[in-house]
Amino acid sequence: MSSVAFVFIAILTLAAALAAVTLRRLIHAALMLALSFLGLAAFYFFVGAEFVGLVQIFVYVGAVAILIVFTILLTRRETETTKPLHWFAGGAIALLVFVALAWAISQSPALAVSASPRPSISVKQIGETLMTGYVWPLLCLGLLLTAALIGALVLVMEEKR
Amino acid sequence: MPAAVFLDQIFVRAKQFILSPLAGAPPWVTQIVSSLLSISLLLAVFLSLFALMSLWERKILARIQNRYGPNRVGPFGLFQPVADGIKMLIKEDVVPFRADKVVHFLAPIMVAAPAILALSVIPYGRNMTAFSIDGGILFFFAVGSMTELAVFMAGWGSNNKFSMLGAMRAIAQMVSYELPLIITVLPVVMIVGSLSPDAIVDAQTGYKMGLIPHWFVFTPWGGAAFLLFFVSGLVESNRTPFDVPEGESEIVAGHMTEYSGFKYAIFFLAEYFGMFAISGLAVTLFLGGWHAPAGVLSIVPSYLWFFAKLGVLLFVFIWIRGTLPRTRVDQVMNFAWKFMLPMAFACILAAAIWHYAGRGWSGWLASLGFIVAAYVFLSRAAGSRRKFVRRTYRFAE
Amino acid sequence: MTPTLPVFLIVSSALFCLGLFAALSRRHAIFILIGIELMLSAANLNFVVFWRFHPTPVEPTGVMVAIFSIAIAAAEAAVGLALVIAVYRHYRTTNVDKLNQLKG
Repeated sequence: MSSVAFVFIAILTLAAALAAVTLRRLIHAALMLALSFLGLAAFYFFVGAEFVGLVQIFVYVGAVAILIVFTILLTRRETETTKPLHWFAGGAIALLVFVALAWAISQSPALAVSASPRPSISVKQIGETLMTGYVWPLLCLGLLLTAALIGALVLVMEEKR
Repeated sequence: MPAAVFLDQIFVRAKQFILSPLAGAPPWVTQIVSSLLSISLLLAVFLSLFALMSLWERKILARIQNRYGPNRVGPFGLFQPVADGIKMLIKEDVVPFRADKVVHFLAPIMVAAPAILALSVIPYGRNMTAFSIDGGILFFFAVGSMTELAVFMAGWGSNNKFSMLGAMRAIAQMVSYELPLIITVLPVVMIVGSLSPDAIVDAQTGYKMGLIPHWFVFTPWGGAAFLLFFVSGLVESNRTPFDVPEGESEIVAGHMTEYSGFKYAIFFLAEYFGMFAISGLAVTLFLGGWHAPAGVLSIVPSYLWFFAKLGVLLFVFIWIRGTLPRTRVDQVMNFAWKFMLPMAFACILAAAIWHYAGRGWSGWLASLGFIVAAYVFLSRAAGSRRKFVRRTYRFAE
Repeated sequence: MTPTLPVFLIVSSALFCLGLFAALSRRHAIFILIGIELMLSAANLNFVVFWRFHPTPVEPTGVMVAIFSIAIAAAEAAVGLALVIAVYRHYRTTNVDKLNQLKG
């Protein structure tokens, strides 16, 4: 039962990602990217990290996908000049990397671990960990997000002439 | 009291009864059957509520405008939704020649799906949550944030300027009001200490002196947060006075311009389901969920109380639509960033004051004072760049 | 839970390589950003999966890292897309091949 679900989610995610990187029209690619993010969220649900899955949907589908779509609209005039050579070279390198990674994964003896019983990690537990052990990273993250917000605004602000 | 308890738990019992023959089956079979039961009941209840609501809205609007409203089909026009449904079904389904066919087709589905999903985490009665998940509130908003992409798909897929403009307006408005919407939920989450809707409803159990219920709306921060939440909810569901994205007099019907027949009906359904979901969440968070408004009235089944409160909120939605004019785009945006958002933060601080002052009368008053001060500051001191002068009518007087 | 750790890792490395492919071969800046997002997501998946297969997944370490990295990815996307818009305003193109001048 769970392996059926796994295969389904994996095929959905990978097919959507493949479509996102190969489609010609940018908007379709962005929508497919959102679909593959949803598939990833399903993965997180599948391994028992519900909170991460929800955050994934919230941040990626709700915010990043919208950002990408808005940027596409603001920068119309698609000038895609990917030549067959580009496709071939990029594809070959990516395939090579994949083969190397897959070989390494299949050879490694350290990965032959069986799963422990499904962990039940409550949102409260995550919140307490964030507020105790990870409070400095959290504060730094807040600073980083504020800086990114201001930076993005400054970048796209109309230049005064 | 057993009769009352039985009536209260009748749906839970019925589900257990249906599931009892499956006792020997593997757990996933039970799980799937149980989910299917919950889903079909949810859909049945809310689809009939949608039908009723569409009639109710027209009736109330008509009364506000001094007319009768639909009264031809069936007694009191009760079968009007059926007639509307048949009309929608037999209309031609027009797809624009230059439209992006697939996106155009998928958009209504993608708009309706999040609204239906969001309904699943709301506790409708004692032990009556279809999908109880630890982070239910987060689920609600995560799913709700998918609507924006769907609205964009509708606007872009139609390949029409009005559609695109409407979609852009809708997304801009929904993104800006999502912030106050979520931040007004935070005080409740922080006071309760849980993201689970069931825990939030449980935290509002009990009555002060047997009369005033412990609902969060009766605390100063809760009341303010409820109002802010409700206004943001109005915007999120694109209802008047914030229906800028689909204002007929400006941009035909916004992102729904190129939709006809049943696809248009699905957009309509999604709007109403979104209203149900937002109102349901408001009831859960601030109005005590399925708790009765007084201890004596607890004998009435809990789900009836939930739907009564939902009905009141939906009535307010219609009432506002009948009485307020549409706002301008820039007004909507200014209001979000300059008033709603700081006010939502003030709610969090007021909740903290209430909590650390021991949740008693002194905390209540201090919190009220803080809210009033924040309101006065934001509406007077901070927002007085443009002085409002008395409007003079040159030709009317 | 039947899928084993290597299967998960294969899926995430496939995702990573798809992102790499987009970043290497596409010429549109937004496609490159899409590729980077995919690669980041693959890394995220790895964190969560390794946490899941830890002998005692009680401490939510992997979950923490995933949450932080999602937040950072969001910041990165916002700044990256703002850069794309700024570049487009300046050069009237988003094709990275045509952005070959140091002079503005």
